Amino acid sequence: MPTPLLQVSNLTATYMEDGQHLTALEDVNLHVDLHEFVCLIGPSGSGKSTLLDIISGLFAEVAGSVEIDGREIPPAERAGSTSYMRQRDLLMPWRTALENAALALEVHGHTKTDARARAQERFAEFGLAGFEDRYPAQLSGGMRQRVAFLRTVLAERDLLLLDEPFGALDALNRSNLQQWLVQMWEREQQSVVMVTHDVDEAVFLADRVIVLSARPGTVIHEERINLPRPRTRAMLTSNTFLAHRAVLLDALGLLDGDVA
Amino acid sequence: MSDRLARIVGPIVVLLLLILGWEVAVRVTDTQTWMLPAPSDVLGSFRDDWRLLLEHTRVTLSEVLIGFGIALAAGLITGIAIDSNRVIERALYPLLIASQTIPMVVLAPLFLIWFGYGLLPKVLVTALVAYFPLAVNTVDGLKSTDRELMKLLRSMGASNWRIFRLAKVPSALPMIFGGARISVAFSVIGAVFGEFVGAKKGLGYLMDRSAAMFETPRVFACIVILAVMGVVLFALVGVIERITLPWRRYTSASIL
Repeated sequence: MPTPLLQVSNLTATYMEDGQHLTALEDVNLHVDLHEFVCLIGPSGSGKSTLLDIISGLFAEVAGSVEIDGREIPPAERAGSTSYMRQRDLLMPWRTALENAALALEVHGHTKTDARARAQERFAEFGLAGFEDRYPAQLSGGMRQRVAFLRTVLAERDLLLLDEPFGALDALNRSNLQQWLVQMWEREQQSVVMVTHDVDEAVFLADRVIVLSARPGTVIHEERINLPRPRTRAMLTSNTFLAHRAVLLDALGLLDGDVA
Repeated sequence: MSDRLARIVGPIVVLLLLILGWEVAVRVTDTQTWMLPAPSDVLGSFRDDWRLLLEHTRVTLSEVLIGFGIALAAGLITGIAIDSNRVIERALYPLLIASQTIPMVVLAPLFLIWFGYGLLPKVLVTALVAYFPLAVNTVDGLKSTDRELMKLLRSMGASNWRIFRLAKVPSALPMIFGGARISVAFSVIGAVFGEFVGAKKGLGYLMDRSAAMFETPRVFACIVILAVMGVVLFALVGVIERITLPWRRYTSASIL
């Protein structure tokens, strides 16, 4: 069996709130294979974002381990080994779209010129051609999100961590970007861990969906999605899709009859 | 464009009308020149005393620029120190805020006692008045940096220095420029006040001496120069801001 790209073992995390230790995650075990798209779903407060913070090195676990490429990496050294896209686009208002897209490359030591040239090469592919010199304030929400995506992809890391990247968008933009993300990923094949609270989105995008319980979060269900690639929106009404959806809703305790 | 033109032309027309009204009022009421000179008398003073005015303007302007420069450097350094270290912040920041309530110009007589009649005491008063808006705005500007953005940079593996340069400085610059605009206007007041208290040169000194001799047109000429100096310096900071921060045009309405 090949080594998974990401292996999270017996992970426990606590944080302080109002002077109390709260357990955010308890004994979490999960892995992500190379070229795999994994969605994490769970009720709010299940520690989904905390898990991404831990994998990216922003937050330290109290127990357990994170292995990337078969090597255990302590929290302090994890920063920079993944590419993390947080909920908000977090574009710098003082940088143009092109300069924003090149940010991760610059942080990773590329010269400004080189970073911007690399970003420029991918602009058209991300539907941003002609908008290189616009400031974020001049871009629509969907375009800003695509610039943030480009920045995340350009970091050239094997593992992308996406925290509800469509959370702030309206339904139409959201659906367009989902379609666009799935197509892009089917070309790129970088591994992805994406947090979402939308079951349909998870089934549509992922190879595998991992369900976390309410706090303290732990893995309560894993669902391999048997939809073929490339994915199309027509699959949203297929029986396979609906069956997966039902299982996941049930795992979340959201099916009719479960609600008290 | 016509909107912008109107914004420039409007105040100028009002100003010219006021000056005209003043000229007429002085002539109609036959007010003595030593009491209230007409604008034409003030112009006359510019014509007759321009060498004198220029000489003293140079002194005041250098006090303003040196004082402001010192304040800028000191404000940035303390601002950065307070932002970067919690111990320094706890010890210094409350004092900094509290000290803003003290009118710094009242220290001018002390500087006269300690440093005499030269340039130094005026520069010090100027620097003191100009310092606080710069220091406080630097702290507030650095603190306004989006924490999520800093986390993003940290997740990319950026060092503290990188985060400071890539996120904190650009986030703080609009507020630092805001502070600089206030400070530069304060600087002119500081320098003139320093000269009032005791000086041998400068527009404050020239005003004081001219007033004592009832050379009122010259007093007005000094006032006009000081007003222009304040406005020009204020506008200059605005121009530098617009060149340095081109993106601001799209995120906020600009002043001036």
